[in-house]
Amino acid sequence: MLFVRALSALEGRVADVPDPDILIRARGLSKKFGEFTAVDGIDFDLSRGEVFGFLGPNGAGKSSTMRMIGCVSPPSGGELTILGMDPVTQGPAIRARLGVVPQEDTLDVELTVRENLLIYGRYFGLRRDVIRERTAQLLDFVQLTERAGDQVEPLSGGMKRRLTIARSLISEPEILLLDEPTTGLDPQARHVVWDRLYRLKQQGTTLVLTTHYMDEAEQLCDRLVVMDRGKIAAGGSPRQLIETFSTPEVLELRFSLAEQEQAAEKLAEIQAGRLEVLADRILIYTSDGDNALDAVRARGLEPATSLVRRSTLEDVFLRLTGRRLED
Amino acid sequence: MAQSYATRQFRFWLTNYRRTWQGSIYSGVLNPVLYLGAMGLGLGTLVDHHGTASIGGVSYLAFLAPGLLAAAAMQTAMGESTYPVYGSVKWLKTYQAAIASPLRPADLFHGHLLWTTLRLTMNSAVFLAVMALFGAIRSPWAAVALPAAVLTGLAFGAPIEAYAMTVTKDTSFAMLFRFGIIPLFLFSGTFFPVSQLPAVVRPLAYLTPLWHGVALCRSLSLGTAQPASSALHAGYLVAVTVLGVVAGNRTYRRRLYA
Repeated sequence: MLFVRALSALEGRVADVPDPDILIRARGLSKKFGEFTAVDGIDFDLSRGEVFGFLGPNGAGKSSTMRMIGCVSPPSGGELTILGMDPVTQGPAIRARLGVVPQEDTLDVELTVRENLLIYGRYFGLRRDVIRERTAQLLDFVQLTERAGDQVEPLSGGMKRRLTIARSLISEPEILLLDEPTTGLDPQARHVVWDRLYRLKQQGTTLVLTTHYMDEAEQLCDRLVVMDRGKIAAGGSPRQLIETFSTPEVLELRFSLAEQEQAAEKLAEIQAGRLEVLADRILIYTSDGDNALDAVRARGLEPATSLVRRSTLEDVFLRLTGRRLED
Repeated sequence: MAQSYATRQFRFWLTNYRRTWQGSIYSGVLNPVLYLGAMGLGLGTLVDHHGTASIGGVSYLAFLAPGLLAAAAMQTAMGESTYPVYGSVKWLKTYQAAIASPLRPADLFHGHLLWTTLRLTMNSAVFLAVMALFGAIRSPWAAVALPAAVLTGLAFGAPIEAYAMTVTKDTSFAMLFRFGIIPLFLFSGTFFPVSQLPAVVRPLAYLTPLWHGVALCRSLSLGTAQPASSALHAGYLVAVTVLGVVAGNRTYRRRLYA
């Protein structure tokens, strides 16, 4: 170590001493499947205690990135350091300190809720009494205590998700990776999952999650990167991203289909703000939505419906990529 | 380290077995009873009536039983190495869950091979016990037929499991069974000596692991085993097993570490 520092000093550079609070560091990280580039040279740092998100539509490269972080998919290029180690050569040592909630449920549905945690705890080499103690706490945490002895198969989607979260926590991981944690859940089940993740965040667990739900990203993430087609389009806190790439307010206008095209042309002339013409509505980005609506009406345009709302990450994504998140 | 990881996966299969052990014990006993009863005693009476010089002058039951022991080991290995493995990666996706833990693909493979070894030991021991009850054993060397049968099973289990990781449709297993396992079962010297086969196809039989397994188990059960030929048979079975393990290390990694 000393030698390395001395060498760096000789070269006139600042020594690249690893920061113990940077848990994951990626530089130019890429993943190719044959000719297809799923992840195209991304950079990011994950700090201890934060909730970090990858926001992007399906196929943006989020899951491929997560699998590389989870040490189950060797990177095709670039650098990746996790907990100061190399995921290719030190996979088992890294994975021993990670928790993973995969996109698809991978529970053993033929076993009981408790047996799933027992099996998983053993994978991490935990003693039976330790597993038993943690199982009780975790099932309480995810509100599945009453189902402990039941087979997993008949549980609802939301319960299975919560069980998967409990399973990922059995080893008390330093970093929890969640790939689309609430995709496919009904709104009520999503809120229960969010609530549990929020509690983990409060307890100081470092979370990395991918999502294509902007509300999920806004609610949970301290910091996120917007991913599109394998690249990072922008990064920052949700608020920073909205301030940088959008306006405080958005005016949403709906016209009858016959009028929409004409209305869009006229609106462009008004210059009340940046326009986004979607299939079913027109968005006007402005600092004052009500003013903009008055200006629209002053030009004799009467939208079928109008709505003034705050900017969201969806607007950021639209601005950055020209496409919508959930398309 | 690798050993302890594989043991963790082995213990998974053990836990899993708690739900199905009754049925498997039942078929483990029933299979040899039915085969030895119908073929060994039933058909055997006819065979013995016509003279048994071509099968070495022993009763057909004594000739057949150790052959069936080896063939049953092959079938046990086939059962353990196909659907349970395929299902873990395709249906339940429990393998995908396991590789998120410290376990590596090869650990899952080796853990399941340990499990297959245990199942082979259980079924072969039961088979030998039933053979003893039928009076089909001629030599105390038959005890060594237990590891010989387990080895025969592994010579199938390891390569089949390696193959199972490359399969994308489970109909492939039905094909393997129909065009691989059943012909081997019928023509590898289990029911009649390979010397009865046309000279052209005889070398094919000598290439199959089952023929070596049958010859080894039979010579031990009859007390006619020679050190040189036994070593050759065992060596062949070990070689096939090792090739299967090498291939499986590869196919497991390819399938699970995309």
